[in-house]
Amino acid sequence: MKKLLIGNQAVAMGLYHGGLGLASSYPGTPSTEITEFLAMNDDIHTEWAPNEKVAMEVAFGASLAGMRSTCAMKHVGLNVAADPLFTLSYTGVNGGMVVCVADDPAMHSSQNEQDSRHYAIAAKVPMLEPADSAEAYAFARSAFELSEKYDTPVLLRMCTRIAHSQSIVELGEREAADVKPYEKNPGKYIMMPGNAKKRHPVVEDRTAALAEAANDCIYNTVEMAADGKIGIITSGCSYLYVKEVMGDKASILKIGMPNPLPEKLIRDFAAKVEKLYVIEELDPVIENFVRSLGIEVTGKELFSPIGEFSQQTIAAAFGLEAPASISADSAVPGRPPMMCAGCPHRGMFYTLAKNKITVLGDIGCYTLGAVPPLNALDSTLCMGASISGLHGFNKARGEEAEGKTVAVIGDSTFMHSGMTGLVNVAYNATNSTVIILDNSITGMTGHQQNPTTGYNIKGDPAAKVDLEALCRALGIARVRVVDPYDLKACETAIKEELAAREPSVIISRRPCVLLKSVKTKPALVIDPDKCKSCKRCMSLGCPAISMHGGKARIDATLCVGCGVCKQLCAFDAISE
Amino acid sequence: MKTTSIMIVGVGGQGSLLASKLLGQLLVDEGYDVKVSEVHGMSQRGGSVVTYVRYGDKVYSPIVTEGEADYIISFEKLEAARYAAFLKTDGQMVVNTQEIDPMPVIIGAATYPTDVLDELKQKGLNIDDFDALTPAVEAGSSKAVNIVLMGRFAKYVDIPYERWIAAIEKAVKPKFVEMNKRAFELGYRS
Repeated sequence: MKKLLIGNQAVAMGLYHGGLGLASSYPGTPSTEITEFLAMNDDIHTEWAPNEKVAMEVAFGASLAGMRSTCAMKHVGLNVAADPLFTLSYTGVNGGMVVCVADDPAMHSSQNEQDSRHYAIAAKVPMLEPADSAEAYAFARSAFELSEKYDTPVLLRMCTRIAHSQSIVELGEREAADVKPYEKNPGKYIMMPGNAKKRHPVVEDRTAALAEAANDCIYNTVEMAADGKIGIITSGCSYLYVKEVMGDKASILKIGMPNPLPEKLIRDFAAKVEKLYVIEELDPVIENFVRSLGIEVTGKELFSPIGEFSQQTIAAAFGLEAPASISADSAVPGRPPMMCAGCPHRGMFYTLAKNKITVLGDIGCYTLGAVPPLNALDSTLCMGASISGLHGFNKARGEEAEGKTVAVIGDSTFMHSGMTGLVNVAYNATNSTVIILDNSITGMTGHQQNPTTGYNIKGDPAAKVDLEALCRALGIARVRVVDPYDLKACETAIKEELAAREPSVIISRRPCVLLKSVKTKPALVIDPDKCKSCKRCMSLGCPAISMHGGKARIDATLCVGCGVCKQLCAFDAISE
Repeated sequence: MKTTSIMIVGVGGQGSLLASKLLGQLLVDEGYDVKVSEVHGMSQRGGSVVTYVRYGDKVYSPIVTEGEADYIISFEKLEAARYAAFLKTDGQMVVNTQEIDPMPVIIGAATYPTDVLDELKQKGLNIDDFDALTPAVEAGSSKAVNIVLMGRFAKYVDIPYERWIAAIEKAVKPKFVEMNKRAFELGYRS
């Protein structure tokens, strides 16, 4: 059956048809849909774990028990899961295990553009890298066999363009997902020094065997041009851009398994061409390997380690003329992403900005509190860093900082890795004020359930974390809840908790306005006769409010009647 | 057959996802090799969004670069201007004249270039601009702007009307099929 699938759905279908029994993941763009599509199958177990480390360990447990398992995450999620990954390389697997990791070159929705291939090399595990949905399906499906044959977890590397591009896939049938027998094997699975010392040589032997097999791997393919002048080694979406521009005018070695790399295949290919190029996005991983073989090659001097490529990148590097184009001379204002009309985060950020509070931020929709006109954030580093960072900031600057600095973190991010930071605030004692922006969903990645929502990945009722009780249990005595639509309540809470000489948590609680379960109110209207053009309502940065003919106006198609602007208007111009 | 490149551009939340789904499925049914590429995540929060659709005998790159697009379908005027350089100089643009102020305009840091389409027309670009919102509302929902635009765009490509209707029936939830068929027709006949 031929279907047009996004890469992530193709991965899900490949894993499912490859006999998958369990998937545990934490959402992260551009990897999220892999697990969402897997969750549509009722004959396997799927779940959202609180973070990537938990997810990978759950997948390990299932593999240990004899089941084929997977976990999917974005590139920075693999940093969180790196701890189990490096030792999983030593234990190997029982049931096959595939770790899907999606890189985000050009940082469409990420805080850095790290290259996950380094993890495959460092952890000494094989990695596969598809270039379209058909390959994503085939590679994912066969990754389990590779995993079981070589007794190793297998990394499947996606990138934004492959993960979110649709192309045609010919789907097969699901393989029987038999659970292998479990037998106790301490030497293999208990990684204490005595055992791990015996496993390390096994890992080295495995890598050597895989490197040899890579020369015949069906996913490393050679296309020779008639003239043999230009030779290009490439992989993933770079291959697509190369083919788009060069067609069959250049010889191409396409690497489908970027770790370990095929030495003999590369040497043979290099010997057949006059000039050799390596074209790969992000870091010079293949290029460095080729150089280590003593082969002359052109790579990063022509193809930047920064951002995404396109067919234009390749054409320009080979001196081909860019197609003609026409553009406007008028300035075209940018359209950056922003918090939605009625977003519950807005009221809290407005209050923080108004009171000139220093705000250590975190990862989620609320990172958008950083953009004008609110400009409410001071830092965003990684998942959970707001709380731990605040503690360090307050230790460094003392009481002066404690009275005017907060951390903001979403409900899902708090579950992911904010809790441990909060324990540290209580245990190592700063009078820190932490604001949990509880919008009752994992927002930015597209509305996934999490342990605070009371529902699981299928939308079925599940155990619900009581955030207030949790914070108290972690050692915070001062815990209060505010409605971020109530600006006065926000201000009072912030002022009182910053003044308190003990650590505190403010839970800013209101569900994401985009949730289907949220009933919105009719749009508000501004009476132009009452509007004095003071632009106070404009300071909220609400996309529904703009100035027309010197008066503020509310766009009725966008406004959800949250009423935050109404509280700001000193002239009573805004009404229902 | 040479690869044809289409871009669908607009503002996050305007419904370009359904338009690309409809178009992608239709082109697969017509027997072409097809690639559709879009970006999910942060940019969707009211930001500028772009979807690439490419079809032909064999399509490699999933994206479209400057001067390559045969067609651009724009859901909003400013976005048409933003991506104008992607259109082939003899390509065709179909533009909904709706204006949605971006944040820099809302906060007064920039002005909305209201006459930008006239400027681009004067420079020689083929631009078919019209109000897609009114027919969408007439069809039953302002959300149907996407299908009105697809109807207007269908006039420029060599795929029979009934094949589009069949694709709508496949791509849309049953209770919205009639409304979307009306929206498509209003765009096509406009």
